[in-house]
Amino acid sequence: MAIKNLKYQEEKIFKILMILSAISIMSILFHIIGTILYKGLPGLSWDMVTKLPGGGFYLGKEGGVLNAIVGSVYLIIGSLTISLFLSVPLVLYINFYLPVKSVFTSIIRFSFDILFGVPSIVYGAFGFALMMFLGIRASLMGGIIAVAFLIMPIMMRSFDEVARLLPRDLPDALLSLGATKYEMIKVILRQLMPGLVTAILLAVGRGIGDAATVLFTAGYTDNIPVSLNQPAATLPLSIFFQLGSPVEEVQNRAYASALILTGIILVLSFSARYFSSKYSKNKI
Amino acid sequence: MKNIGAASLSENRVSDYNEITLRKLPASHSISIRDLNVFIGNNHILNDINLTIPEKSITCIIGPSGCGKSTLLKTLNRMHDETPDVRIEGEVYVDDENIYGNNINVIDIRKKMGLLAQRPCPLPMSIFDNVAYGPRIHGLKKRKAINQTVIQYLQYVGLWDEVRERIRTSASSLSIGQQQRLCLARGLAIEPEYILGDEATSALDPISTRKIEEMFLKLKEKYTVILVTHTLRQAKRIADHIVFMYMGRIIESGPTEEFFNNPKDKLTKDYLSGSFS
Repeated sequence: MAIKNLKYQEEKIFKILMILSAISIMSILFHIIGTILYKGLPGLSWDMVTKLPGGGFYLGKEGGVLNAIVGSVYLIIGSLTISLFLSVPLVLYINFYLPVKSVFTSIIRFSFDILFGVPSIVYGAFGFALMMFLGIRASLMGGIIAVAFLIMPIMMRSFDEVARLLPRDLPDALLSLGATKYEMIKVILRQLMPGLVTAILLAVGRGIGDAATVLFTAGYTDNIPVSLNQPAATLPLSIFFQLGSPVEEVQNRAYASALILTGIILVLSFSARYFSSKYSKNKI
Repeated sequence: MKNIGAASLSENRVSDYNEITLRKLPASHSISIRDLNVFIGNNHILNDINLTIPEKSITCIIGPSGCGKSTLLKTLNRMHDETPDVRIEGEVYVDDENIYGNNINVIDIRKKMGLLAQRPCPLPMSIFDNVAYGPRIHGLKKRKAINQTVIQYLQYVGLWDEVRERIRTSASSLSIGQQQRLCLARGLAIEPEYILGDEATSALDPISTRKIEEMFLKLKEKYTVILVTHTLRQAKRIADHIVFMYMGRIIESGPTEEFFNNPKDKLTKDYLSGSFS
């Protein structure tokens, strides 16, 4: 009888633990979002998203952060493209071309696990060193390359985890129908689409919000870059500079910029989920 | 490909497709295996297999788990190519051509073999596209021809009336028995000469199993069917020839009746009497 009682106690305690952790995570999350909303909403205006910072913007005069919004979007599109083109073929190769227990595969996974944990400032410094070597100055291009380095391990590892879980029946079924490996990959990609979207979202979330990587590499400017060789402003750095201002109004604008950044990620997230569910409705 | 509804599909139903118009079989239509040895790593999985599979009949490969039945089946469509450290020695002649010889196109071999796996694995596409997939990758382009093929094979496996209203919906919405018949239709649509079944009914309920078995009986009029099964009763019900394997060797093979009524080897007798399984 006592044992039976213990069983039920165990069940209760574990349930309470789970509820507690859910509540604490949610409250921290809402606290952050609440702070951004509370401090940012008053500073948010149409000017913020449509105007470039004018002279004296950082001292409380007129202007907006359009330079940083456009810069961040450019940057993330560029680095996402690079890392997509590099990591997707890599994941497909190690999962569907190489044998399951290949040494090469474990080396790749291991190195990406390490890269995963490298602090973003190191990628910034590495990107900077690479730029010095190539003779590029702080520019959109430099930022794109550095951020691509940063998000590639995230994308590769999260997509890889999904690819590993694919039932092996599917490749076998396709091959036995006489499909070539490439034809097989095309069908498998459909099945993996939601996983790929999650990987992209994780990567974008990390890449668009990171300040340290772009500090040396992308530079900062009050204008919108029109070529890859020009420096580009980014939202995280813009927030950083505004927060550093002694003027309270500018500090509030920093929160408004953070709100814009959150908004961009939210829009990206919802649209990605929408398209993913649209294209994978036949998922098995 | 534009979205064709079920309505426009049925307009294509110009004639009764119940009779499958098979292309002419090659003069020699047979599988014969000579001195086949298969190693996976250091394990000798198949040992000196010599076997001729009679055409247009059902051959059931039976034997206890791990005896190499599935490995033998996989050598027939060269699916071992996908696994590393498999070594294959010997010859497998399909239509008088050694499929392990030089200058063999694996795709051609796999096209000749329609495989029905243990568990149905529909492709992540609609019911229609599942059947159309094979013909499409093998070069069928005309929409009308594709429609015709899909309807023909769905009818052949008796699925057409069940799915015609939802031909554009996901194949995973079908029940598992329907999925298995869909996989059969998908395999038939590439116009194979041989049907391989790897315990094709072991995941199914009795009614679906019966449907698939009836399918095999119908198929043997036109195809050579090779099944791996571990239910003796199934072998008894549908097989024309039995191959009994044990520990990677063929112990005994012969016509079903003779095999069950008058087994020659002691191991066979023990297996049939249920001493081991």
